[in-house]
Amino acid sequence: MDHRPQAWGRPRDDVYGAYDASYLQNSGPKTVTQSPVVTGTSVIAIKFNEGVVIAADNLASYGSLARFTDVKRLRVFLDSSVVGFGGDVSDMQFLDRHLNELAIDEAYDAAEPTPETPTSPGTLNAANLHKYLQKLMYRRRNDFDPLWNQILVAGLDAASKPFLASVDLRGTAFTSPSLATGFGSALAQPIMRKYAATEEDAARLTREQAVDVVKECMKVLFYRDARSLDKYSIAVVTKAGVELKENEQLERQSWAFAERIKGYGTQTV
Amino acid sequence: MFRNNYDNDSVTFSPQGRIFQVEYAAEAVKQGSVVVGIASKTHAVLVAIKRNAEELSSYQKKLFPIDEHVGIAIAGLTSDARVLSNFMKQQCLGHRLTYGRNMPVRSLVDMIGSKAQVNTQHYGKRPYGVGLLVAGVDESGPHLFEFQPSGMTEEMQAFAIGARSQMARTYLEKNLDAFAACGREELVRHGLKALKESLVQDRELTVENTSVGIAGVSKAEDGSTKVEPFKVFDGQDVNAWIESVADNKEGGAAEGEGMDVDG
Repeated sequence: MDHRPQAWGRPRDDVYGAYDASYLQNSGPKTVTQSPVVTGTSVIAIKFNEGVVIAADNLASYGSLARFTDVKRLRVFLDSSVVGFGGDVSDMQFLDRHLNELAIDEAYDAAEPTPETPTSPGTLNAANLHKYLQKLMYRRRNDFDPLWNQILVAGLDAASKPFLASVDLRGTAFTSPSLATGFGSALAQPIMRKYAATEEDAARLTREQAVDVVKECMKVLFYRDARSLDKYSIAVVTKAGVELKENEQLERQSWAFAERIKGYGTQTV
Repeated sequence: MFRNNYDNDSVTFSPQGRIFQVEYAAEAVKQGSVVVGIASKTHAVLVAIKRNAEELSSYQKKLFPIDEHVGIAIAGLTSDARVLSNFMKQQCLGHRLTYGRNMPVRSLVDMIGSKAQVNTQHYGKRPYGVGLLVAGVDESGPHLFEFQPSGMTEEMQAFAIGARSQMARTYLEKNLDAFAACGREELVRHGLKALKESLVQDRELTVENTSVGIAGVSKAEDGSTKVEPFKVFDGQDVNAWIESVADNKEGGAAEGEGMDVDG
Protein backbone atom coordinates (compact mmCIF):
# COMPACT_ATOMS: atom_id res chain seq x y z
CA MET A 1 0.00 0.00 0.00
CA ASP A 2 1.22 3.44 -0.84
CA HIS A 3 0.33 5.79 1.97
CA ARG A 4 1.80 8.99 0.55
CA PRO A 5 -0.90 11.64 0.18
CA GLN A 6 0.29 12.11 -3.42
CA ALA A 7 -1.03 8.64 -4.20
CA TRP A 8 -4.48 9.10 -2.65
CA GLY A 9 -7.28 8.86 -5.15
CA ARG A 10 -5.05 7.57 -7.97
CA PRO A 11 -5.45 4.19 -9.62
CA ARG A 12 -2.71 1.92 -8.34
CA ASP A 13 0.06 1.53 -10.90
CA ASP A 14 0.70 -2.08 -9.87
CA VAL A 15 -2.93 -2.96 -10.61
CA TYR A 16 -3.86 -0.72 -13.55
CA GLY A 17 -0.46 0.09 -15.05
CA ALA A 18 0.95 3.57 -15.37
CA TYR A 19 -1.67 6.20 -16.10
CA ASP A 20 -2.07 6.96 -19.80
CA ALA A 21 -1.49 10.70 -19.98
CA SER A 22 -3.01 10.88 -23.47
CA TYR A 23 -6.39 10.88 -21.78
CA LEU A 24 -5.52 14.26 -20.29
CA GLN A 25 -6.59 16.19 -23.38
CA ASN A 26 -8.75 19.27 -23.60
CA SER A 27 -11.79 17.22 -24.46
CA GLY A 28 -13.93 15.94 -21.63
CA PRO A 29 -14.96 17.69 -18.47
CA LYS A 30 -12.85 20.42 -17.00
CA THR A 31 -11.11 18.88 -14.04
CA VAL A 32 -9.57 21.13 -11.47
CA THR A 33 -8.08 18.16 -9.62
CA GLN A 34 -5.02 19.24 -7.72
CA SER A 35 -2.28 17.29 -6.12
CA PRO A 36 -1.08 17.95 -2.60
CA VAL A 37 2.05 20.04 -2.21
CA VAL A 38 2.74 20.75 1.44
CA THR A 39 1.41 17.82 3.44
CA GLY A 40 0.83 16.71 6.99
CA THR A 41 1.16 13.05 7.92
CA SER A 42 -0.91 10.90 10.29
CA VAL A 43 -3.61 11.97 12.72
CA ILE A 44 -4.51 9.39 15.38
CA ALA A 45 -7.39 9.26 17.86
CA ILE A 46 -8.91 6.84 20.34
CA LYS A 47 -12.09 6.89 22.43
CA PHE A 48 -12.12 6.30 26.18
CA ASN A 49 -14.86 6.04 28.82
CA GLU A 50 -15.79 9.71 28.86
CA GLY A 51 -14.22 11.28 25.81
CA VAL A 52 -11.72 11.10 22.97
CA VAL A 53 -7.94 11.64 22.71
CA ILE A 54 -6.63 12.91 19.38
CA ALA A 55 -3.07 13.73 18.30
CA ALA A 56 -1.06 14.86 15.28
CA ASP A 57 2.54 15.99 14.92
CA ASN A 58 3.48 19.58 14.09
CA LEU A 59 5.21 18.91 10.77
CA ALA A 60 4.25 20.09 7.29
CA SER A 61 6.38 18.36 4.66
CA TYR A 62 7.23 19.65 1.20
CA GLY A 63 7.60 16.31 -0.52
CA SER A 64 10.20 14.54 1.62
CA LEU A 65 11.59 17.83 2.97
CA ALA A 66 10.58 18.63 6.55
CA ARG A 67 9.64 22.18 5.52
CA PHE A 68 7.55 23.62 8.41
CA THR A 69 7.97 22.31 11.95
CA ASP A 70 5.39 24.44 13.74
CA VAL A 71 2.15 23.67 11.91
CA LYS A 72 -0.79 22.96 14.22
CA ARG A 73 -3.00 20.32 12.64
CA LEU A 74 -5.56 20.00 15.43
CA ARG A 75 -8.31 22.59 15.42
CA VAL A 76 -10.86 23.26 18.15
CA PHE A 77 -14.45 23.86 17.02
CA LEU A 78 -16.90 25.72 19.30
CA ASP A 79 -14.92 24.72 22.43
CA SER A 80 -16.51 21.28 22.17
CA SER A 81 -15.02 19.34 19.23
CA VAL A 82 -11.56 18.83 17.73
CA VAL A 83 -10.86 18.37 14.03
CA GLY A 84 -7.55 16.75 12.99
CA PHE A 85 -6.27 17.20 9.45
CA GLY A 86 -4.00 14.92 7.42
CA GLY A 87 -3.02 15.65 3.82
CA ASP A 88 -2.68 18.99 2.06
CA VAL A 89 -1.94 21.90 4.39
CA SER A 90 -3.39 24.66 2.20
CA ASP A 91 -6.68 22.76 1.97
CA MET A 92 -6.53 22.42 5.75
CA GLN A 93 -6.15 26.20 6.03
CA PHE A 94 -9.12 26.68 3.71
CA LEU A 95 -11.22 24.35 5.85
CA ASP A 96 -10.01 26.11 8.98
CA ARG A 97 -11.26 29.47 7.71
CA HIS A 98 -14.48 27.85 6.53
CA LEU A 99 -15.09 26.29 9.94
CA ASN A 100 -14.45 29.69 11.55
CA GLU A 101 -17.29 31.14 9.51
CA LEU A 102 -19.51 28.20 10.41
CA ALA A 103 -18.76 28.72 14.10
CA ILE A 104 -19.67 32.41 13.87
CA ASP A 105 -22.96 31.63 12.09
CA GLU A 106 -23.74 29.02 14.72
CA ALA A 107 -23.03 31.49 17.51
CA TYR A 108 -25.57 33.89 15.99
CA ASP A 109 -28.22 31.17 15.97
CA ALA A 110 -27.39 30.06 19.49
CA ALA A 111 -29.75 30.81 22.34
CA GLU A 112 -29.55 34.08 24.21
CA PRO A 113 -27.03 33.93 27.04
CA THR A 114 -28.61 33.08 30.40
CA PRO A 115 -27.21 33.41 33.93
CA GLU A 116 -26.54 29.63 33.94
CA THR A 117 -24.74 29.67 30.59
CA PRO A 118 -23.25 33.16 30.15
CA THR A 119 -21.47 32.18 26.94
CA SER A 120 -23.39 29.95 24.58
CA PRO A 121 -21.05 28.83 21.81
CA GLY A 122 -23.81 27.05 19.91
CA THR A 123 -25.13 23.54 19.77
CA LEU A 124 -23.40 22.06 16.73
CA ASN A 125 -21.83 18.89 18.17
CA ALA A 126 -19.09 16.67 16.76
CA ALA A 127 -21.60 14.36 15.03
CA ASN A 128 -23.26 17.34 13.32
CA LEU A 129 -19.86 18.74 12.33
CA HIS A 130 -18.71 15.42 10.89
CA LYS A 131 -21.88 15.09 8.83
CA TYR A 132 -21.37 18.61 7.50
CA LEU A 133 -17.71 17.98 6.59
CA GLN A 134 -18.70 14.74 4.86
CA LYS A 135 -21.22 16.58 2.67
CA LEU A 136 -18.63 19.28 1.96
CA MET A 137 -15.91 16.80 0.96
CA TYR A 138 -18.29 14.78 -1.23
CA ARG A 139 -19.53 17.94 -2.94
CA ARG A 140 -15.96 18.97 -3.74
CA ARG A 141 -15.16 15.51 -5.05
CA ASN A 142 -18.16 15.72 -7.39
CA ASP A 143 -16.85 19.06 -8.65
CA PHE A 144 -13.60 17.23 -9.53
CA ASP A 145 -11.99 19.68 -7.11
CA PRO A 146 -11.43 17.65 -3.96
CA LEU A 147 -9.99 18.95 -0.74
CA TRP A 148 -6.97 16.67 -0.41
CA ASN A 149 -7.37 15.76 3.26
CA GLN A 150 -8.32 12.95 5.50
CA ILE A 151 -10.04 14.37 8.55
CA LEU A 152 -10.76 12.99 12.00
CA VAL A 153 -13.54 14.60 14.06
CA ALA A 154 -13.41 14.01 17.82
CA GLY A 155 -15.97 15.13 20.37
CA LEU A 156 -19.35 14.17 21.79
CA ASP A 157 -22.59 13.29 20.02
CA ALA A 158 -26.14 14.48 20.79
CA ALA A 159 -26.43 12.00 23.67
CA SER A 160 -23.10 13.30 25.10
CA LYS A 161 -21.41 9.98 24.27
CA PRO A 162 -17.83 10.00 22.91
CA PHE A 163 -17.83 10.47 19.13
CA LEU A 164 -15.00 9.78 16.70
CA ALA A 165 -15.32 9.64 12.92
CA SER A 166 -13.32 10.05 9.75
CA VAL A 167 -13.99 11.59 6.36
CA ASP A 168 -11.62 11.62 3.40
CA LEU A 169 -11.13 13.50 0.14
CA ARG A 170 -13.89 11.44 -1.53
CA GLY A 171 -16.43 12.03 1.21
CA THR A 172 -16.13 8.48 2.50
CA ALA A 173 -17.15 8.52 6.15
CA PHE A 174 -16.87 5.92 8.90
CA THR A 175 -16.46 5.60 12.63
CA SER A 176 -14.49 3.30 14.89
CA PRO A 177 -13.36 3.18 18.54
CA SER A 178 -9.92 4.20 17.26
CA LEU A 179 -8.95 5.85 14.00
CA ALA A 180 -5.76 6.86 12.22
CA THR A 181 -5.09 8.60 8.91
CA GLY A 182 -2.24 8.19 6.43
CA PHE A 183 0.70 5.99 7.45
CA GLY A 184 -0.85 5.84 10.92
CA SER A 185 -3.53 3.49 9.60
CA ALA A 186 -0.75 0.91 9.08
CA LEU A 187 1.51 1.74 12.04
CA ALA A 188 -0.68 3.13 14.84
CA GLN A 189 -4.07 1.54 14.22
CA PRO A 190 -2.96 -2.04 15.11
CA ILE A 191 -1.52 -0.80 18.41
CA MET A 192 -4.66 1.15 19.31
CA ARG A 193 -6.85 -1.86 18.40
CA LYS A 194 -5.00 -3.89 21.03
CA TYR A 195 -6.48 -1.55 23.64
CA ALA A 196 -9.84 -0.72 22.07
CA ALA A 197 -10.92 -3.32 19.52
CA THR A 198 -14.62 -2.68 20.21
CA GLU A 199 -16.79 0.10 21.58
CA GLU A 200 -17.10 -1.89 24.83
CA ASP A 201 -13.31 -2.00 25.18
CA ALA A 202 -13.09 1.74 24.56
CA ALA A 203 -15.78 2.40 27.19
CA ARG A 204 -13.55 0.65 29.74
CA LEU A 205 -10.42 2.68 28.95
CA THR A 206 -9.56 5.47 31.35
CA ARG A 207 -8.38 8.85 30.23
CA GLU A 208 -4.82 8.13 31.44
CA GLN A 209 -4.70 4.83 29.56
CA ALA A 210 -5.97 6.44 26.37
CA VAL A 211 -3.42 9.27 26.55
CA ASP A 212 -0.63 6.74 27.15
CA VAL A 213 -1.68 4.66 24.13
CA VAL A 214 -1.77 7.73 21.89
CA LYS A 215 1.64 8.91 23.12
CA GLU A 216 3.06 5.43 22.49
CA CYS A 217 1.61 5.49 18.96
CA MET A 218 3.10 8.92 18.29
CA LYS A 219 6.49 7.49 19.28
CA VAL A 220 6.13 4.49 16.96
CA LEU A 221 5.11 6.84 14.16
CA PHE A 222 8.18 9.00 14.74
CA TYR A 223 10.41 5.92 14.71
CA ARG A 224 9.04 4.49 11.47
CA ASP A 225 7.30 7.23 9.44
CA ALA A 226 9.96 9.27 7.64
CA ARG A 227 7.56 12.24 7.25
CA SER A 228 6.96 12.68 10.98
CA LEU A 229 8.26 14.85 13.80
CA ASP A 230 8.89 14.43 17.52
CA LYS A 231 6.97 17.64 18.28
CA TYR A 232 3.23 17.07 18.35
CA SER A 233 -0.18 18.35 19.47
CA ILE A 234 -2.54 16.34 21.62
CA ALA A 235 -6.10 17.13 22.65
CA VAL A 236 -8.49 15.48 25.11
CA VAL A 237 -12.20 16.11 24.51
CA THR A 238 -14.68 15.45 27.32
CA LYS A 239 -17.96 16.91 28.55
CA ALA A 240 -15.88 19.46 30.45
CA GLY A 241 -14.49 20.81 27.17
CA VAL A 242 -11.27 20.57 25.17
CA GLU A 243 -7.78 20.42 26.61
CA LEU A 244 -5.37 21.10 23.77
CA LYS A 245 -1.58 21.04 24.15
CA GLU A 246 0.22 22.12 20.98
CA ASN A 247 3.93 21.87 21.79
CA GLU A 248 4.47 18.42 23.22
CA GLN A 249 7.82 16.67 22.87
CA LEU A 250 8.16 12.89 22.48
CA GLU A 251 9.71 11.53 25.66
CA ARG A 252 11.84 8.49 26.49
CA GLN A 253 12.83 7.67 22.92
CA SER A 254 14.97 4.60 22.42
CA TRP A 255 16.59 4.04 19.06
CA ALA A 256 18.39 0.87 20.14
CA PHE A 257 16.17 -1.16 17.83
CA ALA A 258 17.56 0.73 14.84
CA GLU A 259 20.86 -1.12 14.95
CA ARG A 260 19.13 -4.38 14.20
CA ILE A 261 17.45 -3.05 11.07
CA LYS A 262 19.29 -4.14 7.96
CA GLY A 263 18.64 -4.31 4.26
CA TYR A 264 18.46 -0.68 3.19
CA GLY A 265 20.67 1.33 0.79
CA THR A 266 24.16 0.08 0.05
CA GLN A 267 24.27 -2.01 3.19
CA THR A 268 24.48 -5.73 2.55
CA VAL A 269 22.79 -8.10 4.92
CA MET B 1 -62.92 59.65 -4.17
CA PHE B 2 -59.92 60.00 -1.95
CA ARG B 3 -56.87 58.53 -3.46
CA ASN B 4 -53.59 57.80 -1.70
CA ASN B 5 -50.61 58.48 -3.95
CA TYR B 6 -48.17 56.50 -1.88
CA ASP B 7 -49.77 53.07 -1.70
CA ASN B 8 -49.22 51.78 -5.22
CA ASP B 9 -46.09 49.81 -4.45
CA SER B 10 -44.15 48.57 -1.49
CA VAL B 11 -40.96 50.51 -2.22
CA THR B 12 -42.16 54.13 -1.91
CA PHE B 13 -42.27 55.90 1.41
CA SER B 14 -45.14 58.28 2.13
CA PRO B 15 -44.09 61.77 3.32
CA GLN B 16 -44.98 60.59 6.82
CA GLY B 17 -42.42 57.82 6.51
CA ARG B 18 -44.85 54.95 6.09
CA ILE B 19 -45.00 52.20 3.52
CA PHE B 20 -48.71 51.65 2.97
CA GLN B 21 -48.51 48.32 1.15
CA VAL B 22 -46.76 46.80 4.14
CA GLU B 23 -49.36 48.21 6.48
CA TYR B 24 -52.14 46.84 4.29
CA ALA B 25 -50.50 43.42 4.44
CA ALA B 26 -50.53 43.67 8.22
CA GLU B 27 -54.30 44.30 7.93
CA ALA B 28 -54.68 41.05 6.00
CA VAL B 29 -53.36 39.24 9.07
CA LYS B 30 -56.19 40.73 11.09
CA GLN B 31 -58.73 39.27 8.62
CA GLY B 32 -57.67 35.75 9.53
CA SER B 33 -59.18 33.93 12.47
CA VAL B 34 -57.32 34.07 15.74
CA VAL B 35 -54.37 31.85 16.66
CA VAL B 36 -52.65 31.72 20.05
CA GLY B 37 -49.20 30.43 20.96
CA ILE B 38 -47.58 29.91 24.37
CA ALA B 39 -44.17 28.57 25.34
CA SER B 40 -43.22 27.16 28.73
CA LYS B 41 -39.93 25.69 29.93
CA THR B 42 -40.89 22.29 28.52
CA HIS B 43 -43.51 22.80 25.80
CA ALA B 44 -44.60 25.11 23.03
CA VAL B 45 -48.28 25.01 22.07
CA LEU B 46 -50.38 26.55 19.31
CA VAL B 47 -54.16 26.75 19.44
CA ALA B 48 -56.39 28.08 16.70
CA ILE B 49 -59.97 28.76 15.67
CA LYS B 50 -60.81 27.26 12.29
CA ARG B 51 -63.39 28.90 10.04
CA ASN B 52 -65.64 27.37 7.40
CA ALA B 53 -66.56 29.49 4.40
CA GLU B 54 -70.15 28.21 4.55
CA GLU B 55 -72.26 25.75 6.48
CA LEU B 56 -71.71 23.00 3.92
CA SER B 57 -67.94 23.36 3.59
CA SER B 58 -65.14 21.92 5.64
CA TYR B 59 -63.06 24.01 8.04
CA GLN B 60 -59.87 25.68 6.75
CA LYS B 61 -56.77 24.25 8.45
CA LYS B 62 -54.84 26.68 10.67
CA LEU B 63 -51.97 24.60 12.06
CA PHE B 64 -49.31 22.96 9.92
CA PRO B 65 -46.44 20.69 10.92
CA ILE B 66 -43.15 21.84 9.31
CA ASP B 67 -40.68 19.27 10.57
CA GLU B 68 -40.45 16.79 13.41
CA HIS B 69 -39.82 19.60 15.90
CA VAL B 70 -41.57 22.68 14.44
CA GLY B 71 -45.09 23.71 13.48
CA ILE B 72 -46.79 26.93 12.43
CA ALA B 73 -50.14 28.60 13.00
CA ILE B 74 -51.33 30.95 10.28
CA ALA B 75 -53.55 34.04 10.15
CA GLY B 76 -54.20 35.71 6.83
CA LEU B 77 -53.92 34.48 3.25
CA THR B 78 -53.69 30.70 3.38
CA SER B 79 -52.13 30.50 -0.07
CA ASP B 80 -49.27 32.80 0.93
CA ALA B 81 -48.80 30.69 4.04
CA ARG B 82 -48.46 27.61 1.84
CA VAL B 83 -45.48 29.19 0.07
CA LEU B 84 -43.79 29.99 3.37
CA SER B 85 -44.63 26.58 4.79
CA ASN B 86 -43.15 24.76 1.79
CA PHE B 87 -40.02 26.90 2.07
CA MET B 88 -39.68 26.13 5.77
CA LYS B 89 -40.16 22.40 5.17
CA GLN B 90 -37.39 22.46 2.57
CA GLN B 91 -35.00 24.35 4.82
CA CYS B 92 -35.61 21.97 7.72
CA LEU B 93 -35.06 18.96 5.48
CA GLY B 94 -31.89 20.45 4.01
CA HIS B 95 -30.57 21.21 7.47
CA ARG B 96 -31.30 17.67 8.60
CA LEU B 97 -29.44 16.31 5.57
CA THR B 98 -26.29 18.42 5.99
CA TYR B 99 -25.99 18.52 9.78
CA GLY B 100 -28.01 15.52 10.93
CA ARG B 101 -29.99 17.47 13.50
CA ASN B 102 -33.20 19.44 13.97
CA MET B 103 -32.86 22.95 12.58
CA PRO B 104 -32.66 25.55 15.36
CA VAL B 105 -36.02 27.35 15.39
CA ARG B 106 -34.41 30.79 15.52
CA SER B 107 -32.42 30.29 12.31
CA LEU B 108 -35.50 28.91 10.55
CA VAL B 109 -37.53 31.98 11.53
CA ASP B 110 -34.68 34.31 10.55
CA MET B 111 -34.77 32.77 7.07
CA ILE B 112 -38.47 33.50 6.44
CA GLY B 113 -37.92 36.94 7.97
CA SER B 114 -35.25 37.73 5.39
CA LYS B 115 -37.36 36.22 2.61
CA ALA B 116 -40.37 38.37 3.50
CA GLN B 117 -38.34 41.54 3.92
CA VAL B 118 -37.05 41.28 0.33
CA ASN B 119 -40.66 41.60 -0.87
CA THR B 120 -40.94 45.00 0.82
CA GLN B 121 -37.92 46.36 -0.99
CA HIS B 122 -38.40 45.41 -4.66
CA TYR B 123 -40.68 47.16 -7.11
CA GLY B 124 -43.33 44.83 -8.51
CA LYS B 125 -43.29 42.52 -5.51
CA ARG B 126 -45.85 42.44 -2.72
CA PRO B 127 -45.49 41.47 0.93
CA TYR B 128 -46.89 38.14 2.13
CA GLY B 129 -50.42 38.66 3.39
CA VAL B 130 -50.02 36.29 6.27
CA GLY B 131 -48.75 36.32 9.84
CA LEU B 132 -47.34 33.23 11.51
CA LEU B 133 -46.76 31.91 14.97
CA VAL B 134 -43.88 29.45 14.81
CA ALA B 135 -43.63 27.01 17.70
CA GLY B 136 -40.93 24.41 18.11
CA VAL B 137 -38.27 22.81 20.22
CA ASP B 138 -34.54 22.60 19.63
CA GLU B 139 -31.45 21.94 21.69
CA SER B 140 -31.93 25.21 23.58
CA GLY B 141 -35.51 24.29 24.57
CA PRO B 142 -39.03 25.27 23.44
CA HIS B 143 -39.51 28.45 21.42
CA LEU B 144 -42.35 30.60 20.14
CA PHE B 145 -41.79 33.15 17.39
CA GLU B 146 -44.04 35.71 15.76
CA PHE B 147 -43.63 36.48 12.08
CA GLN B 148 -45.18 39.51 10.35
CA PRO B 149 -45.54 40.36 6.63
CA SER B 150 -43.05 43.21 7.07
CA GLY B 151 -40.38 40.58 7.71
CA MET B 152 -40.28 41.33 11.39
CA THR B 153 -39.75 38.30 13.59
CA GLU B 154 -39.62 38.23 17.35
CA GLU B 155 -39.34 35.59 20.03
CA MET B 156 -42.37 35.57 22.33
CA GLN B 157 -43.35 33.89 25.58
CA ALA B 158 -46.97 34.00 24.48
CA PHE B 159 -48.77 35.76 21.65
CA ALA B 160 -51.93 35.90 19.59
CA ILE B 161 -52.54 37.16 16.05
CA GLY B 162 -55.63 37.37 13.86
CA ALA B 163 -59.15 38.78 14.22
CA ARG B 164 -59.98 40.17 17.65
CA SER B 165 -56.66 38.85 18.94
CA GLN B 166 -56.28 41.83 21.31
CA MET B 167 -58.68 40.14 23.73
CA ALA B 168 -56.56 37.00 23.73
CA ARG B 169 -53.38 39.04 24.22
CA THR B 170 -54.94 40.75 27.23
CA TYR B 171 -55.61 37.33 28.77
CA LEU B 172 -52.03 36.25 28.03
CA GLU B 173 -50.57 39.42 29.57
CA LYS B 174 -52.65 38.86 32.70
CA ASN B 175 -51.42 35.29 33.13
CA LEU B 176 -47.90 35.70 31.76
CA ASP B 177 -46.11 34.80 34.99
CA ALA B 178 -47.80 31.41 35.17
CA PHE B 179 -46.74 30.13 31.73
CA ALA B 180 -43.05 29.29 32.28
CA ALA B 181 -43.81 26.64 34.89
CA CYS B 182 -46.85 25.18 33.11
CA GLY B 183 -47.01 21.54 32.10
CA ARG B 184 -48.37 20.28 28.78
CA GLU B 185 -52.09 20.11 29.67
CA GLU B 186 -52.10 23.32 31.67
CA LEU B 187 -50.45 25.20 28.80
CA VAL B 188 -53.10 23.99 26.33
CA ARG B 189 -55.85 25.08 28.71
CA HIS B 190 -54.33 28.55 29.02
CA GLY B 191 -54.22 28.70 25.22
CA LEU B 192 -57.86 27.68 24.86
CA LYS B 193 -58.94 30.18 27.51
CA ALA B 194 -57.11 32.95 25.65
CA LEU B 195 -58.84 31.77 22.47
CA LYS B 196 -62.27 31.95 24.14
CA GLU B 197 -61.66 35.56 25.15
CA SER B 198 -61.50 36.60 21.51
CA LEU B 199 -64.59 34.68 20.35
CA VAL B 200 -67.57 36.72 19.18
CA GLN B 201 -70.83 36.52 21.12
CA ASP B 202 -72.75 33.24 20.76
CA ARG B 203 -69.76 31.35 19.41
CA GLU B 204 -68.06 28.58 21.28
CA LEU B 205 -65.11 26.28 21.05
CA THR B 206 -66.22 23.03 19.42
CA VAL B 207 -64.44 19.91 18.25
CA GLU B 208 -65.09 21.13 14.69
CA ASN B 209 -63.52 24.57 14.97
CA THR B 210 -60.63 24.05 17.40
CA SER B 211 -57.08 22.94 16.60
CA VAL B 212 -54.28 22.29 19.07
CA GLY B 213 -50.58 21.78 18.20
CA ILE B 214 -47.95 20.70 20.73
CA ALA B 215 -44.19 20.24 20.70
CA GLY B 216 -42.23 19.38 23.81
CA VAL B 217 -38.80 18.52 25.08
CA SER B 218 -37.59 16.82 28.24
CA LYS B 219 -34.12 16.39 29.68
CA ALA B 220 -33.14 12.84 30.57
CA GLU B 221 -30.91 12.09 33.53
CA ASP B 222 -27.82 11.55 31.38
CA GLY B 223 -28.15 15.07 29.98
CA SER B 224 -29.58 14.00 26.62
CA THR B 225 -32.82 15.58 25.42
CA LYS B 226 -35.94 13.73 24.38
CA VAL B 227 -38.17 15.51 21.89
CA GLU B 228 -41.95 15.19 21.78
CA PRO B 229 -42.51 15.82 18.05
CA PHE B 230 -44.86 18.58 16.96
CA LYS B 231 -48.33 17.11 16.56
CA VAL B 232 -51.63 18.67 15.55
CA PHE B 233 -54.80 17.58 17.36
CA ASP B 234 -58.22 18.04 15.74
CA GLY B 235 -61.76 16.77 16.15
CA GLN B 236 -62.45 14.38 19.01
CA ASP B 237 -58.81 14.56 20.12
CA VAL B 238 -59.39 18.08 21.48
CA ASN B 239 -62.71 17.28 23.17
CA ALA B 240 -61.26 16.70 26.64
CA TRP B 241 -59.37 19.99 26.53
CA ILE B 242 -62.42 21.94 25.40
CA GLU B 243 -64.57 20.45 28.16
CA SER B 244 -61.92 21.23 30.75
CA VAL B 245 -62.18 24.95 29.96
CA ALA B 246 -65.98 25.03 29.62
CA ASP B 247 -67.58 28.10 31.23
CA ASN B 248 -69.32 26.26 34.04
CA LYS B 249 -66.05 24.63 35.02
CA GLU B 250 -64.54 27.53 36.93
CA GLY B 251 -60.77 27.74 37.14
CA GLY B 252 -60.24 24.91 34.69
CA ALA B 253 -58.23 23.05 37.32
CA ALA B 254 -60.60 20.09 37.19
CA GLU B 255 -58.88 17.20 35.46
CA GLY B 256 -60.51 14.49 33.36
CA GLU B 257 -63.71 14.43 31.37
CA GLY B 258 -67.18 12.96 31.50
CA MET B 259 -68.72 15.57 33.76
CA ASP B 260 -72.11 16.76 32.61
CA VAL B 261 -72.03 20.10 30.91
CA ASP B 262 -75.77 20.62 30.54
CA GLY B 263 -77.95 22.76 32.76
